[in-house]
Amino acid sequence: MAELIVYGIVLGSVISLGAIGITLVYGIVRMANFAHGEFMTAGAYIALLVVGVILPWLGVPDTTFGPLSFGWRMLIAFPVSMAAVAFMGIFFDRLLYKKLRLKNSNAVILAMSSLGVSFIIRMIILIITGPDYRFYRPGVMRPAIMLPLDIKIRPDQIFIVALVVVLVVLLHLFLQRTKMGKAMRATADNTELALVSGIDTEAIVMWTWGIGGGLAAAAGMLYGIDVQLHPGMGWNFLIPLFAAAILGGIGNMYGALVGGLVIGIAEQLSTAVLLPTYKLAVAFIIMILILFIKPEGIFGGSEK
Amino acid sequence: MTILKADGISAGYTELDILQKVSIQVKSNQIVSIIGPNGAGKSTLLKTIFGILKPREGHITLKDEDITGLKPNKIARKGISYVPQVSNVFPSLTIQENLEMGAFIRTDDFRGRMKEMYDLFPTLREKRNQKAGQLSGGQRQMVAMGRALMLDPMLLLLDEPSAGLAPLLVSTIFEKIADINKTGVSIAIVEQNAKEALKMADHGYVLAMGRNVLDDDGKSLLDNEDVAKLYLGG
Repeated sequence: MAELIVYGIVLGSVISLGAIGITLVYGIVRMANFAHGEFMTAGAYIALLVVGVILPWLGVPDTTFGPLSFGWRMLIAFPVSMAAVAFMGIFFDRLLYKKLRLKNSNAVILAMSSLGVSFIIRMIILIITGPDYRFYRPGVMRPAIMLPLDIKIRPDQIFIVALVVVLVVLLHLFLQRTKMGKAMRATADNTELALVSGIDTEAIVMWTWGIGGGLAAAAGMLYGIDVQLHPGMGWNFLIPLFAAAILGGIGNMYGALVGGLVIGIAEQLSTAVLLPTYKLAVAFIIMILILFIKPEGIFGGSEK
Repeated sequence: MTILKADGISAGYTELDILQKVSIQVKSNQIVSIIGPNGAGKSTLLKTIFGILKPREGHITLKDEDITGLKPNKIARKGISYVPQVSNVFPSLTIQENLEMGAFIRTDDFRGRMKEMYDLFPTLREKRNQKAGQLSGGQRQMVAMGRALMLDPMLLLLDEPSAGLAPLLVSTIFEKIADINKTGVSIAIVEQNAKEALKMADHGYVLAMGRNVLDDDGKSLLDNEDVAKLYLGG
């Protein structure tokens, strides 16, 4: 039981990173981004390209850090992949969503076009890499360590939670302390008034895609380190991501953080009584329940 | 000296013109009140001056510069600030952050200006770390005006600042508006509360059905029988 909760926190922290991106995009760009899962997949595979092709070619040695399953290569891949997916988010906004926004397209049109983007990204990855499961370091032994209460955990998993904490704290500081971060919150609150105050809301939208994309890439890489890579991995995260964002009150970053942890823990706990293949159904049921009982989420949306 | 001149403005949200050749002028250090029944186009006029709506006809000049058709963020840089009637604060941001957002396009040090705002609205200083969404209507209105004033504008456009406020607060807000005016800011104010608005106005305009009906100094309009009968409640 305690072990399942710990695994739930690991999975939940990955879900949280993705859900924060969904909730920021929803709150500021005002669209449901169905391609967010594919941003995770893209992040994971770009890191695979960096770790498996580019860095060996550059002669970066294949080290590992102590008990972790990865080393310098992965550490370099992190910022590279986060930046790449950040630009990918901005690219698709410029290519599609911005044009639709300027035409005052409604929410459904925007959501459907993001669904199209998700297919495009997933299929490109599938064509390049094929449908097989992949690992950053195939065949590596990943021994678990024992914590009190009989909890078995791999050092990688501790790293995952730690990195998520660091990223969330950085995002928190950005949103609370910097001029751009405050302008992002202001735009989420009241786009009209932000415009009236002279804030370039289109620039804010770009920042939002960049941050959402970067966090999604990190989530994808962390999941890849913890489990494995697959072209459909992000798609399978879509329901947990939206369930987490809605649970926390869509538009509310801190809600998405908590929502992600709740969904992750609930999914893992369910494996005590259900087959692991039902995990997704658990996330879906939570989403349905919250929409029935408290559609504004447990933290009541973006405090309007 | 004339600060703002809107000349023969026609504008609307759809193809239908709500404003039909409306003209107003604001001279330096003046308070100009624009009154008229619901649907007269008063708010539309402010939105058009601030560039939220594009006029189909007519010209808007600020000092001697033609600002017709400029976007709001450009107009804000030229020296006009605008306070919308509703949702005029950022509710999840603190008072302090609301003021900072008002100064978003300033690249200089605006701490002095912020201090002036807190001197003008002392209640806001006490509550500066509270979220604007938790404030009362009157305090919100002060935050909204403070936000707009952070750019040190020469002209402030106020859309119904007394709407939805308790009578006691209405006079407080009007006093604050007079205080703002004393700091050298010209003010154009749109009001349902015509009597109060005309009392403090140097000049007043009466709009109806999107057209200029009357304009005179504030006191003469208050004494005008037609205005009294139609808009001041007898």
